[in-house]
Amino acid sequence: MRTRFIYAVTVALALSATITLFAQAPAGGTQTPAPPPGGTQPPAGGAQTPPGGRGGGRGASLRPKSIDAPDIKFEVVKDFMKLPPNVYLGEGIGIATNSKGHVFVNTCAQQTRNFEFDEKGNFVREIGKDSYGNVFCHGIRVDAQDNIWVIDEGANSIIKYNPQGRAVMILGRRIGFPYNGMEPPVKEINPAPPYIFNRPTDVAWDAAGNIFVADGYVNSRIAKYDKYGKFIKQVGSRGSGPGQFTLLHAIAVDAQGNVYGGSRSDQRIVVFDNDLNYKTTFDHVGAPWSLCITPGPGHQYLYTSNSNPDSNDSEIHKVTGQIFKMELDGTVLGKFGVPGKEQGQFSTVHGIDCRVENELLITEIVEWRLQKFILHPTAAQGGK
Amino acid sequence: MKSARIAFTLVFAGALAAGSLMDGSVVAGQAQSAQPKEIPFETAGDFLKLPDDIHLGEVAGAATTQKGNLFVYYQGGGPNATIGASRVYINGGARLLEFDRTGKFLREIGNSENDRPYAFLFAQGVRVDPQDNIWIVDRASRMVVKFDQTGKVLLTLGRRLEAVGELGSSGVFGRASGPPGSGVPGDNFNQPLDVAWDAAGNIFIPDGYGNARVAKFDKNGKFIKSWGATGAEQGQFNIPASIAVDAKGMVYVADMGNQRIQVFDNDGTFKSEIKNVGAPRALCISPGATQYLYSSNSNPTEDPFLNGEIYKMQLDGTVVGRFGKAGKQFKEFGMVNEIDCRDPNTLYVAEMMNWRVQKLTLK
Repeated sequence: MRTRFIYAVTVALALSATITLFAQAPAGGTQTPAPPPGGTQPPAGGAQTPPGGRGGGRGASLRPKSIDAPDIKFEVVKDFMKLPPNVYLGEGIGIATNSKGHVFVNTCAQQTRNFEFDEKGNFVREIGKDSYGNVFCHGIRVDAQDNIWVIDEGANSIIKYNPQGRAVMILGRRIGFPYNGMEPPVKEINPAPPYIFNRPTDVAWDAAGNIFVADGYVNSRIAKYDKYGKFIKQVGSRGSGPGQFTLLHAIAVDAQGNVYGGSRSDQRIVVFDNDLNYKTTFDHVGAPWSLCITPGPGHQYLYTSNSNPDSNDSEIHKVTGQIFKMELDGTVLGKFGVPGKEQGQFSTVHGIDCRVENELLITEIVEWRLQKFILHPTAAQGGK
Repeated sequence: MKSARIAFTLVFAGALAAGSLMDGSVVAGQAQSAQPKEIPFETAGDFLKLPDDIHLGEVAGAATTQKGNLFVYYQGGGPNATIGASRVYINGGARLLEFDRTGKFLREIGNSENDRPYAFLFAQGVRVDPQDNIWIVDRASRMVVKFDQTGKVLLTLGRRLEAVGELGSSGVFGRASGPPGSGVPGDNFNQPLDVAWDAAGNIFIPDGYGNARVAKFDKNGKFIKSWGATGAEQGQFNIPASIAVDAKGMVYVADMGNQRIQVFDNDGTFKSEIKNVGAPRALCISPGATQYLYSSNSNPTEDPFLNGEIYKMQLDGTVVGRFGKAGKQFKEFGMVNEIDCRDPNTLYVAEMMNWRVQKLTLK
């Protein structure tokens, strides 16, 4: 029994270590996206502080410039997600759909897991059960060929599963046993090693199949690979200048191959051309926790979530939580959503799927759920 | 050897932090001999048919039995941890699977998390001896374990560390003697990396990442001797990554960090070295009347597209040919960690970074 006991201690330590190691992750529950002091540890009674009581309030710096954009009407599909008994979603981190409308969710449960649901929200199967790549969830995306790509911040890897659910390509490498040359640098490396990530956050592709990786929490770069995983180039460093990022948390690519990087902690979307030359910055839609560009064909739209941070600060919640619908040039068409726990509200959105322009699937961190929203068309679509 | 002089280039492929020189990760050898012949080959691609809920991770080893079944030892997921000096290391669970020659899944040795053998912690290799016993090498538990065909444990070598030592002691139980790399003889390992046998059943274990020696045991597991220490001289090692023994009992050690294969007699006396095949990570010697030596110049972690070729040699080091390169597609390799060459023209290669086993047919 001594062996058993030691094993139990070991596992317990592992669990606490997991918590420690990833305490800065968004899903870990302690990271705020913004500079205001006290954001992580609001003083007692903070919720009662009157607006403006602190020189404009803690929320002031997080108030998006486009907060007065028109409201988009919507309905939420009640109880969309249907789980079988004894299957539990954890924090809803990543969301994506394939060409058949099946829904894939990457969740931080006791283990990081990936679930597939059908188009009606019925549970179908688990993808990559007990995989070596399941360390700490950060996202899931489905490419144009219905391959399923999982972004694992803990494994420092992006795993491409084929539509059958088998891993067929791995980008990055999980830090394994000590002394395998992969001690994680805790500081940004600039330029970062081409093939080694440090807490990557998202992945996207252009029409040619080139792969764009957002890397991420520690490094601050977008790396471009060809469809075979061979490194082409990269851009970015930590900061708030053109072409820089402060917590590169999301990425999306439009039909022309332009690349949109979500710089969460300084509330910017930074746009590059396909060769990663800087083009422009959108700084009027809050902190881009999650980005999604509608696939088309035809006119494309950009959704970004200025998610209410999971920092338990009611003043910040008053000005955040909305999702913006935009033109690709940054023009805001409208917004929807408020923080809250009821169905149809948002509890720190971490994933958006927009394969169908006005049918969004959304995952949230705090409430362990996947919600489906039906948006009313915006005025700018009138001519379509 | 045909080429008189061999030049070597150190390739610094990445800019990782200092202290990352282990595992051949940053230093990778590039063989620059007169171009050896390219051996044409085919791959059976994704030939393993896995149950729905089993997914390969980093595949450390693949080895065939006499009837052609394949054992695969790999790093899977799941909670597990190893306590190191300064932090807790979290590892997935190592798993051992058996397939038939068509790639059909047959069974798992220890088919649930709690049933897996105590040594299964971080997979490093699996080999099958001439009597069809299955030997696993586990880097984190620091153990080599021999199973018979039924999965029964016949022999354990080394000891998995306990988390804590004797009251009042700063040490832990099960450690190897002496500072790492000092070559102190003894039974315990510090991250062993492979296993091989001679015709008499003597056991040879390269030990390893932490130590830099080759340990020899008799067939019953009794320690006979060990040789080597950290260094670049003859008989010293910088990561003895793999080992193979020929029919005469000569011992071939992949001295990966020194980019050479060292050849010793059965008692560990240095005989020769082979230096034109890059940084060898995986060795295999085929059985039969004419034996061949295979060696993989596997890519480093930092560059999945650097090197990766496998050499086929005569036992004296003469290169017969080479094949393959690093990459992520089929017919390319992602850090080959072990080669099975029971049939010299049908190779199984275990790939760490591509999470798979490829079955190769050499033309």
